[in-house]
Amino acid sequence: MIEIRHVDKWYGPTFQALKDCTTSVAKGEVVVVCGPSGSGKSTLIKCVNALEPFQGGEIILDGIKVNDPGTDLPKLRARVGMVFQHFELFPHLKIIENLCLAQEKVLGRSRDEAVAKAEMLLERVGLKDHAQKYPAELSGGQQQRVAIARALAMDPIAMLFDEPTSALDPEMISEVLDVMVDLAREGMTMMVVSHEMGFARKVAHRVIFMDRGEIVEDAKKEDFFGSPRSDRAQKFLSKILSH
Amino acid sequence: MFANFDFDVIRRSLGYLFLDGMTFTLTLTALSALGGIIFGTLIALMRLSGFKLLGRIAGLYVDFMRSLPLVLVIFWFYFLVPYVGQWVTGASRPISVGAFTSALVTFIMFEAAYFSEIMRAGIQSISKGQPAAANALGLTYAQTMRYVVLPQAFRNMLPVLLTQTIVLFQDTSLVYVLSMPDFLGAASKVAQRDGRLVEMYLFAAVVYFTVSCAASFAVRRLQARISIVR
Repeated sequence: MIEIRHVDKWYGPTFQALKDCTTSVAKGEVVVVCGPSGSGKSTLIKCVNALEPFQGGEIILDGIKVNDPGTDLPKLRARVGMVFQHFELFPHLKIIENLCLAQEKVLGRSRDEAVAKAEMLLERVGLKDHAQKYPAELSGGQQQRVAIARALAMDPIAMLFDEPTSALDPEMISEVLDVMVDLAREGMTMMVVSHEMGFARKVAHRVIFMDRGEIVEDAKKEDFFGSPRSDRAQKFLSKILSH
Repeated sequence: MFANFDFDVIRRSLGYLFLDGMTFTLTLTALSALGGIIFGTLIALMRLSGFKLLGRIAGLYVDFMRSLPLVLVIFWFYFLVPYVGQWVTGASRPISVGAFTSALVTFIMFEAAYFSEIMRAGIQSISKGQPAAANALGLTYAQTMRYVVLPQAFRNMLPVLLTQTIVLFQDTSLVYVLSMPDFLGAASKVAQRDGRLVEMYLFAAVVYFTVSCAASFAVRRLQARISIVR
């Protein structure tokens, strides 16, 4: 579903953010990407739907080359859902409009169709009563659930999560993770940048560990949590699991 | 000192001053502001676009307009527009455009330079995550701007845009160089006809002051309301 092959990315002429990254996410697979801050994991996931340009290698999304100049990027992006660290709901639009905008403007759905889909998804994330509110009236956890619903409204073939819980207060993390666990169990293809190792243990198939722009470890969940092969991954794990 | 003032001249000319003069001034202000904001937004988008050449052209335009006195631009435009029209349409004689059209085009072009800087600041005030989220949903650049970025930028900048429009309201009085019947022009005509310069110019000053002050006050209240909502 997602093929990442030898991707290199530089910021400016000197700083290399991604070094020869190669991995893949199969259909229905849940892959968690972790690593210290600045390791390039967010950059990598943003390359998948070309929100970040990259200089070397290639990424193939459902058979379509992302970094081909001829690729219709808006069309490709519409098929992949993305959830951001800071939610990025549109603050000037009501919740229901946040969910309907792209359905109508990109997919060309009718108003009734879009509203019906939006209401169904809001119900699913437990926020049906908030449809007529503005994002600022919701808590962080609620906003992130809306953001997930907004991405799902496009009927994506895969979902990308860029640190979906790291801007949340601790008591709100589980309400967002619950939604993500449900999604994973339904067989959604997911690539998740996160430090939530509990989530990884519960639903991930594979775990990727990144450091300094490199994919250091790419292993089955059982192997990764059992005995990571690299020192750096071991150190990282001991740091975040020890408390 | 008010003993030999003739305030009746004001009363007698109220109809002309407001129905003709002020209507003209407000129409010119409203149309110029509307056109200036639209054109200014386009210039701002050019400056912020990734295309260096477009950005340079827009930047030069803004610097050029901001380096010239408005009166001069009004004057030049009035004489140049007919010839530009002739050149564009290929007509055999200069196109007569009329003083109002000429003034309107001037104000739109001139104010666009100022409005573009306001809109540029407004667009830059929107966090990068917003267009990223819109793009991730499959919206094109144009759709992202139209539905996500510009509505927020416009809303954030509304008080500044309105303040600039108040300045524009005062600047429209410069059309006197084309002897057009705006509010100041109308007052000036009555003043010279009846030999009541002090009364009429004093009255004109009071009216400009009152309108501008009231508008500024309204903008401040609006600003307070917007900042609470956000």
